[in-house]
Amino acid sequence: MVSCKTVIANLTNYLDGDVAPEMRHKIEKHLHRCHRCTAVYDSTRKMLVITGDERIFEIPAGFSERLHAFLDATISRT
Amino acid sequence: MVEERGTSERLLISRILAGEREVFHELIRPYERGSFILAYSILRNHEDAEEAVQQAMLNIFSRLAQLEDVDKFKQWAMRVIENEAKMYRRKRRQNLYESMDASDGESAEAKAFRPRQFADWRELPSDIVEQAEVRNAIWKALGELPDIYREVFVLRDMQHLDVAETAQVLGIRQSAVKTRLHRARLMMRESLTPMFAKPKPSIWERWKGMNPWLAAKR
Repeated sequence: MVSCKTVIANLTNYLDGDVAPEMRHKIEKHLHRCHRCTAVYDSTRKMLVITGDERIFEIPAGFSERLHAFLDATISRT
Repeated sequence: MVEERGTSERLLISRILAGEREVFHELIRPYERGSFILAYSILRNHEDAEEAVQQAMLNIFSRLAQLEDVDKFKQWAMRVIENEAKMYRRKRRQNLYESMDASDGESAEAKAFRPRQFADWRELPSDIVEQAEVRNAIWKALGELPDIYREVFVLRDMQHLDVAETAQVLGIRQSAVKTRLHRARLMMRESLTPMFAKPKPSIWERWKGMNPWLAAKR
C-alpha cells in the first residue's frame, strides 16, 4: 500500500487522470481505507467544481461594449 | 471543436491581416471573459483589469502580424493579457512587492506542501457559486497565492486550458505547470476548508451517536 505522502503528492495527477493504471489502483486502495486522504481528495474535487464554474465570476456590466467601443476608436486610428 | 476553432481563427486572422480590421472584434469575442478573469486575478480591481484588457487587446491587434503560429493564437493572446496586467501592477506597486512575490514563490515551490486541514467538506449545491460570500472567499484565497501558483490555477482550473496550453502561455515547462498546479490546488483547498467544512457535531450529538440505545431510537 502506498503512503499518505505518496497519495497527496500524486493527487493533482490523479484528479486529472494523469497517473499510470498501477498507481491509480494503489491510490484508490489507499483512499478506501484512509479517511484523511479521502477528505483531502474529496474536498479538492469539490473545490475544483466551484472554481471551474463560469458563474463564480461576474464580468462587470458593459465590459464587452466598452472594450469594443475602445477598439473601434483606436484600431481605426492605427 | 478545437479543430473547428483553429480553422475559423486562421481565417479570421488572415482577413484582419489583409486589411479587414473590423473582423478583429469577432476574433477576440470568445476570449473576452477569460481575459478579464486573468487580468482581474492579477490586479484584483475591476477598473484596472478592464483597462489592462483594453490595452492588451490593442497590443494584440497591432502585433498580430508577429504571431508566428496562428494555431496558437489563444495561448499567445493570453500571454499578452498576462504581461499587460503585470505591467499595470508593476506601475501600481512600484516594483517592490512583485519581486518579493516571485522569490517567495520559487523558494516555496521546492518544499512539499503538507495539508493541515482534514475536515470533510459538506455537499455543495450547484448554485453556491452565486453567493457573494463564496465568490469573495474564492477570490480572497486566490489573491493569497503567490503569482506563480495563481496564474497556473487561473489558466488551468478556471479557464480550463490544458497543461500544454498553460505551459505555452506562461513560457514554462509542462512539468512546472503540473508541480505548481498541484501546490496551488492544495493551498486553495487549505484556505477554503474552514468555509466549506461540515459543521462539527455537538458533544451531545456525538454522545448520542455512541450510545446504542439512543442511536437505535433515531
